[in-house]
Amino acid sequence: MTQETIIEHGRSQKNYWSEFWKSTELFWILAKRDITVRYKQTVLGIVWSVVRPVLTTAVLFFAFGKVAGLQFEPGVPPKLAIFAGVLIWNFFANSLSQVSHSILSNSNLVSKVYFPRLILPTSSVMVGFVDFLVGFALIIPMYLWYYFKQDFMPSWQLIFLPLFLGMAYLASFGFGLFLAVMNVKYRDFTQLTPFIIQFGFYACPVAYSSMNIRQYADQWWYPLYNMNPIVGIIDGFRWTLLGGTAPFNWESFIPSLIIILVVVLSSVAFFRKRENGFVDYI
Amino acid sequence: MNAIQVENIGKRYFIDHQKKYGGPAGLKETVVNSLQSLFGSKPQETSVKEEFWALKNVSFDVAQGDRIGIVGHNGAGKSTLLKVLSRITEPTEGRVTVRGRIASLLEVGTGFHQELTGRENIFLNGAILGMKQSEIKQHFDEIVAFAGIEKFLDTPVKRYSSGMFVRLGFAIAAHLEPEILIIDEVLAVGDAEFQRKCLGKMKDVSDSGRTILFVSHNLTAVQSLCNKAVFMNRGQMVAVGETGQIITDYMSKINQTSLVREWTTPESAPGNDQVRIKKIELMPTLAGTQTRIDVRTPIRVRFEFWNFVKNAKLNLSMHFNSMTGETIFNLASPQLDANPGLITGEVELPGNFLNDGTYTITMMIVKDAATVLYHLQESILFEIDDYRGEVAWYGKWPGSVRPYFPFTIEQAEEVNV
Repeated sequence: MTQETIIEHGRSQKNYWSEFWKSTELFWILAKRDITVRYKQTVLGIVWSVVRPVLTTAVLFFAFGKVAGLQFEPGVPPKLAIFAGVLIWNFFANSLSQVSHSILSNSNLVSKVYFPRLILPTSSVMVGFVDFLVGFALIIPMYLWYYFKQDFMPSWQLIFLPLFLGMAYLASFGFGLFLAVMNVKYRDFTQLTPFIIQFGFYACPVAYSSMNIRQYADQWWYPLYNMNPIVGIIDGFRWTLLGGTAPFNWESFIPSLIIILVVVLSSVAFFRKRENGFVDYI
Repeated sequence: MNAIQVENIGKRYFIDHQKKYGGPAGLKETVVNSLQSLFGSKPQETSVKEEFWALKNVSFDVAQGDRIGIVGHNGAGKSTLLKVLSRITEPTEGRVTVRGRIASLLEVGTGFHQELTGRENIFLNGAILGMKQSEIKQHFDEIVAFAGIEKFLDTPVKRYSSGMFVRLGFAIAAHLEPEILIIDEVLAVGDAEFQRKCLGKMKDVSDSGRTILFVSHNLTAVQSLCNKAVFMNRGQMVAVGETGQIITDYMSKINQTSLVREWTTPESAPGNDQVRIKKIELMPTLAGTQTRIDVRTPIRVRFEFWNFVKNAKLNLSMHFNSMTGETIFNLASPQLDANPGLITGEVELPGNFLNDGTYTITMMIVKDAATVLYHLQESILFEIDDYRGEVAWYGKWPGSVRPYFPFTIEQAEEVNV
């Protein structure tokens, strides 16, 4: 049977989602494009994905650990904890900025050919994901180092790692999607995104432990701090990586999960509503 | 059964006439306006929005296997129509029903990435156009051979010549196998040899019974390729029917070229307090039944301007520019000892000189052969149609000029074989 398509104002294709799932090849090839292009004409190539988080960790350890003297929970190797924070934060921040630019940076495609537009933001996260995986490989030698140094052992909680990775993906996708739609019409958001990321870097427990915040539990802003979905993700990520030494923080996990789900669902709906008009504003 | 059914399609755009920033409404205006309306006060008219219907009430049917040419002058809404049909933009009103897999080719090499190699780009572009990776693999060798880039497969396309780039783009598109193919002006690029190949390939496609929608300025190509044509003018569909009929009945009658631009008072005329342009007029010498300027037509360009400078040595210079903005040549008048008042003159372009295409003239009034007193860009725009006579080749005639010089060819000696 031949497929029948009806084109009308404001009509959401009934088979949008099946079309979306059928476009997996396009998804992979766009992701592959972004990844291949990323380190073209560099000498170090993919090694950059390790070098950057290591250098960031070093400087953060110096500034927050040595100068500011912020402590982690007893038994937690601080460099490992900061490195974990930097990895997951970089994944979130890179993905957020990739997703928010995904429509604009592919405007040549959007204005010349049809495909489910949602492919662009979903596949643009893959670059950050590969970066993350490469950086993450360094965790293994770090584990060995701390095992010999202070008898540190990871534990069963590691199996929950994909959960927090998934949450980070969804968070960057949800917020980024909203920014991507707004970016098409208002380039103000191109200016805003780097600022959000810079701001979030300090507002989230990337370089410090949220233990340092918990002592302010009686302050009025404490619940607000926990409303930040990234706090829950970073806390949880540390919990899985650092075994029993970093406690699980329900106070930040629950709001994080709820907010991420709400943002993802509403931003996808928002995107679907606007996507047919992208080309008129881009 | 109809492959495409277009019912009362309309597409509206708003043209922003912004007072402050020039561009479309920024976030600030939108936020301020919506806040003001939230608090009950009327938003200030900071921007004037003008409605513009790029398409209005367009309806037609395309039967399975039809090869439809969409013709019309610049700005007639052809490209907007293709964009609606290929689902790139949605119509403001009306509805289109499409039966079958559709592929649109609005540009050669859509989504090519400069940093990627030819090989990588074949897979990327194929996927973007809707081909499966297995299909691309299957046609890979044919694509490479068709484009003639065997040696450069693993070179980034940023190092390709523009010709190679275009050939590769078309080669991929030519191996698409959709039920409905939408093509926009692809023939406008590439060298003659390649264009012949493209037309041949498109004929193959149409012979295999697939439905084709083809937009082109090249009437000869439309005529040879399409069995039906839709004629559009100012966003409206004027007629649909057999190709030859549509072209002779409509295309030749509507002349978009404005042959004269005139300003009646110096106050309204473009210029400054030294000179102001009054009139630019094109006077083609049309032969017999001809209604439009074609490559054979001699054109006289007449100008008038007001001079307000005493005892000035003035001359007028005209740049003839192609649609891409390149200046093809510059003509300068002799110098005149001018006094305040009206100055007129004219220049004649012979026939068989400019190639077919759209041209603009930039006028420049020069003092003492050195100082530009005033220059007016795009003072007038005109189109030159193609004329081939006996030539049975339909690709775009290459070059900016198209002279007709005496040319001889003879059989100097005959050898019996």
